[in-house]
Amino acid sequence: MEKIRILIAKPGLDGHDRGAKVVARALRDAGMEVIYTGLRQTPEQIVEAAIQEDVDFIGLSCLSGAHNNLFPRVINLLKEQNAADIKVFGGGVIPQSDIPFLKESGIVEIFGPGTSTEVTVSFIKQLYDERS
Amino acid sequence: MSNEENRKQFTEAKNKWTEGPVAKILSRGPERKERFTTSSDFTVENIYTPLEFAENDYFQDLGMPGTYPFTRGVYPTMYRGRLWTMRQYAGMADASESNKRYKYLLEQGQTGLSVAFDLPTQIGYDSDHVLSDGEVGKVGVAIDSLADMEILFDGIPLDKVSTSMTINAPASVLLAMYICVAEKQGVSLDKIAGTIQNDILKEYIARGTYIFPPEQSMRLITNIFEFCSAQVPRWNTISISGYHIREAGSSAAQEVAFTLADAIAYVEAALEAGLEIDKFAARLSFFFNSHLNFIEEIAKFRAARRLWAKLMKDRFKAQKSKSMMLRFHTQTGGSTLTAQQPDNNIIRVTLQALAAVLGGTQSLHTNSRDEALALPTEESVRIALRTQQIIAHESGVADTPDPLGGSYYLEALTSQIEEKALEYIDKIDEMGGAVKAIELGYIQQEIADSAYNYQMGVEADENIIVGVNRFAVKEAPPENLLKISDQVQVLQIERINELKAKRDNRAVTEALNDLKTAAEGTDNLMPYIISAVKVYATLGEICGVLRDVFGEYRPAEIL
Amino acid sequence: MNAAKVDKIVSEVLVGNKRYIARAISMLENESSQAAEIIKGLYPHCGRAHVIGITGPPGAGKSTMVGALVNQFRQSDKKCGIILIDPSSPFTGGAILGDRIRMPEHTTDKGVFIRSMGTRGSLGGLALATRDTVKVLDAAGYDLIIIETVGIGQAETDIVQTADTVVVVSVPGLGDHIQTLKAGVMEIADIFAVNKADTDGASKTVRELKLMIELSNYPAAERPPVIPVSSLKNEGIDKLAGSILELHSQALESGRFEKRRKEQLAIELNEIIRWQLIKRINSKISQHELDVSINELYLHQITPHETAHNILKSLLKGDE
Repeated sequence: MEKIRILIAKPGLDGHDRGAKVVARALRDAGMEVIYTGLRQTPEQIVEAAIQEDVDFIGLSCLSGAHNNLFPRVINLLKEQNAADIKVFGGGVIPQSDIPFLKESGIVEIFGPGTSTEVTVSFIKQLYDERS
Repeated sequence: MSNEENRKQFTEAKNKWTEGPVAKILSRGPERKERFTTSSDFTVENIYTPLEFAENDYFQDLGMPGTYPFTRGVYPTMYRGRLWTMRQYAGMADASESNKRYKYLLEQGQTGLSVAFDLPTQIGYDSDHVLSDGEVGKVGVAIDSLADMEILFDGIPLDKVSTSMTINAPASVLLAMYICVAEKQGVSLDKIAGTIQNDILKEYIARGTYIFPPEQSMRLITNIFEFCSAQVPRWNTISISGYHIREAGSSAAQEVAFTLADAIAYVEAALEAGLEIDKFAARLSFFFNSHLNFIEEIAKFRAARRLWAKLMKDRFKAQKSKSMMLRFHTQTGGSTLTAQQPDNNIIRVTLQALAAVLGGTQSLHTNSRDEALALPTEESVRIALRTQQIIAHESGVADTPDPLGGSYYLEALTSQIEEKALEYIDKIDEMGGAVKAIELGYIQQEIADSAYNYQMGVEADENIIVGVNRFAVKEAPPENLLKISDQVQVLQIERINELKAKRDNRAVTEALNDLKTAAEGTDNLMPYIISAVKVYATLGEICGVLRDVFGEYRPAEIL
Repeated sequence: MNAAKVDKIVSEVLVGNKRYIARAISMLENESSQAAEIIKGLYPHCGRAHVIGITGPPGAGKSTMVGALVNQFRQSDKKCGIILIDPSSPFTGGAILGDRIRMPEHTTDKGVFIRSMGTRGSLGGLALATRDTVKVLDAAGYDLIIIETVGIGQAETDIVQTADTVVVVSVPGLGDHIQTLKAGVMEIADIFAVNKADTDGASKTVRELKLMIELSNYPAAERPPVIPVSSLKNEGIDKLAGSILELHSQALESGRFEKRRKEQLAIELNEIIRWQLIKRINSKISQHELDVSINELYLHQITPHETAHNILKSLLKGDE
């Protein structure tokens, strides 16, 4: 019995976790195992946890505007640890104009304000199936 | 006609109407929804009449504005005497950028200042701390020391302008800095007016910028109450907040309930610290959200006032009228703003601002249309300010207190919210109070459940968001959003280094040691913090000392 | 996956490569076809670790206590593996695994490995793959392996079959914990820890527990200690840690450890046989055949025992 395992994390100092919690719950309701690591995670903590938990995906939530700094740091650490097969997506207060940069850094998708959990779940399932 | 006869008459009329004209129209097709609800899940009836109002006694339940139970407003003349303070929350990048924005807003007719600090500042870290990387100046102004604070208020007379500072865990330090700036301006402490948010419980519940554990945080908070009631009499020492609880997903009734439960905890802590209720209660203030359901929001503000008055009188035996008055600031609900079709947000904010005014707020912040994606541009914040000004000067609603008082629907909802909130408060009392309820994760779980149910409602198209799940259009991404440069961090770090080179480091070390000793004991910490701030100890250094002594908070994380 | 890959996984686990440890655990959890091979490679290196089970009702602060214990153990340089188990939803099969939150400082500690697991349908408080996960961490060189169970109170039986030392955590004010203890959880504890000992009612809880222990079946010399701790204030944790290690060395010396392990291995063997048997039957018998049998049972044409007997007979015959 394989399960999709996802780490949901809030990097940096942002404390607004409504979205992260709603997404975590939706993913659980879609049959996934969600490791929720809470607030104030450093990129190092996120990557280390992702490796130990052998997750398929990492979901990063940031509403403080620090995403251009924090998200690529997670990607780079994953690469350093030979764990670049873990796919990273993000959400929060992220202007569309920042999305190309984030995708170039290696983020697979940004789920901006107004995205439904249904869309997020489908995206993850599809990506997971493609990888298997 | 007696009450009983009245009731009978209205009941008959209502039944006749339901069985007659209503049934006729329903036979042609159903109503838009099977059940209409408010955010608190109250059923919205198909009509409200004096029948629902009959339970209310005007003098017991409403009263006159400015008299117990203050349902209709805390002041006798309300906005006829003085309009609410137009206080736009602002702050970005560094102190000089923010100073410019403050001057702009004051020029444009804002009547009070409201400072937004960046996350490192709110969490007691300097801009050069490892966790500050990427966050400096992004959600508010970066303040690392008194030097930054002096720039922030340069050219702004603190005896003429009141300032609200959204700062919680390190509120004592920022208040100390404000006091030092005032003193440098030659303004005595009995003249300065303002507010510090200083509400740590909601940080644990919904906002996340906590530092120290509950017990030690309460000590700092009661130290501030004590210090200000003696030395800074015009200062609001706390702004007990429901705004963030609502933003995290609670209903209107929960917003009132959890805010007042927190307030009860603060009052009890202050009483336990030996303060007298009528000496500090008048300086407690509140901060609420103004959200989407128009009438429910107005009802919410009124219910909060009435409930608080009763609690202060009956539970805490306050004697002074001023101790029972729930004065509050309001902010329109940020989480209701959409990134899609951003100009629609102007309409949302207008309705929300109107509800706050009709609900009797003392001060108001209106969000800007672009805030779903960024801090506001000058143009956007100007529109937000104009929204308040048009309501104040063109709409006429400010010309009499509580203009909607007596509306059957409004009064019914007011009572319902009060009742529901009291249920929650009783439950929290049974658990041992707000601090305990937070430890158990009860409040956080209620909020998370509410948030999840709301989102599922959106995805089932039961909760409509115009432009998102209905009336969406294909649109280009917005241009001209405000961007905070990463240079801000670089420059702030340089400034810290310069400061540390220039200042009297021996005096700093001494002041920090004195603070440490005091923190380990039971003295009021404000004088020690002020001394440290004066010699330009940084925010991070001061909070570092307190972190060492108090430890850090460990959240009871519940999903 | 070929033998070389399995060898690589095994050798990397043995040198403590966390990525491979994590991978190996996943493969065992997902019942990969190489699972048996991996266990085969690791098993000779197992047996050194001391397995500690932490159980108790939700709200008892188990995770925080585990974090504090690991802090303590790390001070004497003991490498710790931590397995955190949370319930999987019986409806969706998903799970929120949120216990890691309580021990953020251990994530980046090189001497600690933390793995969160959903129960995935198992009912005894552990996940089905917990034993195998223990084996991986054991072979990887972790001195102490701490398992935090789901903590539903009454069904916490699996932990006794997996851990060398079981700590039952209770907390004052949770009301019915004493009732829970009466229901059989009492017998499984090697140590009782009363958490949040700095709160009201803690000393009462300690006394109640001690009384219950005196009234129970334990011979005086074997009575489990009752240790008050405050995980947040870090009080009593050193005593708890000391007691855990002390009990373990006593058990090693007296032969109790070996006896208990052998009992556990017998149970594990039994379970694996049952599991494999059912799997084989399910693969041999089609759904259609099964439906026919069930229908016959429903019509009372045959007894369940006869049906089972026939199935087993055909299975054994088929294997000859």
